[in-house]
Amino acid sequence: MTRIFSSRGGTGRPPAPSARSAAPAVEICGARKAYGPVTVLDGIDLTLPAGTVTAILGPSGSGKSTLLRAINHLDRLDLGYVSVFGELIGVREQDGRLHELPQRAIWRQRAQIGFVAQNFNLFPNLTVLDNVAEPLLAHKRLARDPARARARELLRRVELEDKASSYPRQLSGGQQQRAAIARALALEPALLLFDEPTSALDPELVGEVLSAIKQLAKDGATLIVVTHEIGFAREVADTVVFIDNGTVIEQGPPGHMLTNPKHARTREFLAKVL
Amino acid sequence: MNTTALPVQADGEGDPPGTPEPRSPGLSSRPVIPLRHPGRWIVTAIALVLLAQYIHGLATNPFYEWPRVGYWFTRPVILSGLRVTLVTTAWSALFGFAGGVVLALCRLSRSPLLRVVAWAYIWFFRSVPLIVVLLFLFNFSAVYKTLSLGIPFGYEVAHFNTVTLLSYEVIGIVGLSVNEAAYAAELVRGGILAVDQGQIEAANALGLPRFRQLRRVVLPQALRTIVPGYVNQLIGLIKASALLYYVSLTDLFGAVQQMGSTYPSDIIPTLEVAALYYLILTTILSVIQYYIERFFARGAVRTLPPTPLQRLRDSLSGLRNQAANAWTRS
Repeated sequence: MTRIFSSRGGTGRPPAPSARSAAPAVEICGARKAYGPVTVLDGIDLTLPAGTVTAILGPSGSGKSTLLRAINHLDRLDLGYVSVFGELIGVREQDGRLHELPQRAIWRQRAQIGFVAQNFNLFPNLTVLDNVAEPLLAHKRLARDPARARARELLRRVELEDKASSYPRQLSGGQQQRAAIARALALEPALLLFDEPTSALDPELVGEVLSAIKQLAKDGATLIVVTHEIGFAREVADTVVFIDNGTVIEQGPPGHMLTNPKHARTREFLAKVL
Repeated sequence: MNTTALPVQADGEGDPPGTPEPRSPGLSSRPVIPLRHPGRWIVTAIALVLLAQYIHGLATNPFYEWPRVGYWFTRPVILSGLRVTLVTTAWSALFGFAGGVVLALCRLSRSPLLRVVAWAYIWFFRSVPLIVVLLFLFNFSAVYKTLSLGIPFGYEVAHFNTVTLLSYEVIGIVGLSVNEAAYAAELVRGGILAVDQGQIEAANALGLPRFRQLRRVVLPQALRTIVPGYVNQLIGLIKASALLYYVSLTDLFGAVQQMGSTYPSDIIPTLEVAALYYLILTTILSVIQYYIERFFARGAVRTLPPTPLQRLRDSLSGLRNQAANAWTRS
């Protein structure tokens, strides 16, 4: 397979300032969030170094999706903060307080963070090619023709070049998800988030999506993957984080954590899903 | 395999209902003969007889005065009425839809003030009959003698006399538009709400600015649901434009009314002319609706529905095949 992830290679963005390159890819500090009376995140602290792959595991309703969505500010935290490569997300610090950022600034920040959802969420009214070109046009990175050329290149990397002029609903689930990955890569994000990328797929289509993600990991991208695919976590992740009831129960390298969990809760969960 | 487990009975124990009869050879290669529906044929025959009777009546009853219809159909006074109907509805459709989009966005906005204002507008104009709105606007110049542009409560920049500014046609268009916008707003809002939340989330995750989300993602998908309802609304608007006669505009209906009272013997033919023109307008709209729907169905369905021409061709070739089959069978 060809190289999928090329944020350090080819076109575009200048490299991050050196002061920030030392910063961890993601730093989550005291994250708390409640929907009415239900506490979803109950004080989460996590630090994930750049260039690593993190798998987040946990039962449904444990808060793992909310945590992921807080990283690109799709969900707002009630308390605590998230920073990506040293930059606070959705807020700024002034006089010892956090102040909300204007929408424009948040949109700019989100361009640095790729997000792939469970249901692909490709735009059904646009062709696959236009779906991938859309973020490039919206952020005025490229004019229409170069944006399309770039989109075609990205589609080639996920082996979907022949589907460029199809509409998303004419594709299989696996193809749609790979197109969604190409779209998430369009802005050359420094960090990629995957929210259960294979949960909506037929079992026989899971493999093609996982291998696309594996290729990203091999290319040195920083990935955070919320998943139920334990085998995938074991094979690809550098760190596995187990979350339950809005708190991190334990984390560690997959070989260790998945075979020898310290906590009873983790053991129970793994016994059910393995 | 253990034969006792199978529900096969030994020979000589009679003919129980489960016993399979030997099938005739070659059964699998002969097509199934479709079920006949004699009831449908009877109902169809009755309907055809009634229809023929009706058409015959239309054609032969002197009461309809078809030659007079032909005469009035192209009279300049009728055509100028038709022009007024077309111009006022076209502008009102345009302004009404634009206003509807703005109102719908206000109703869905995060600002409570905008939400309340839009809600109150829709509430008011859906409650007050259109004829009341039109008559009120008609008398507007009596309530407000002049209109000024400028800083509220401050300096005036421009100054208009309402009587000269507002022609009857402008009043008509304004009246129809403000009414249309209230209804269009709810249709547009319904369409926007029907767009999957995941779409907006995906647009947000990609950092698409709000206006671009609306233009590229939300509205194109919403329009698919909006179009059928809005065409319905437009047909209502064409017919509602007949009310303009009551504010001194000679639209199609107004022209027919005037001619009917001037030439009382031609009341029926002129009414028929009006009905024919309204039928034609609605037919044109329905055809346009079909193609607009087909346009917005791109991507929403795997294969586009056929155009009427394609469908006609298909059903003709289907009939031909059926006839050919019937021929070979007999």
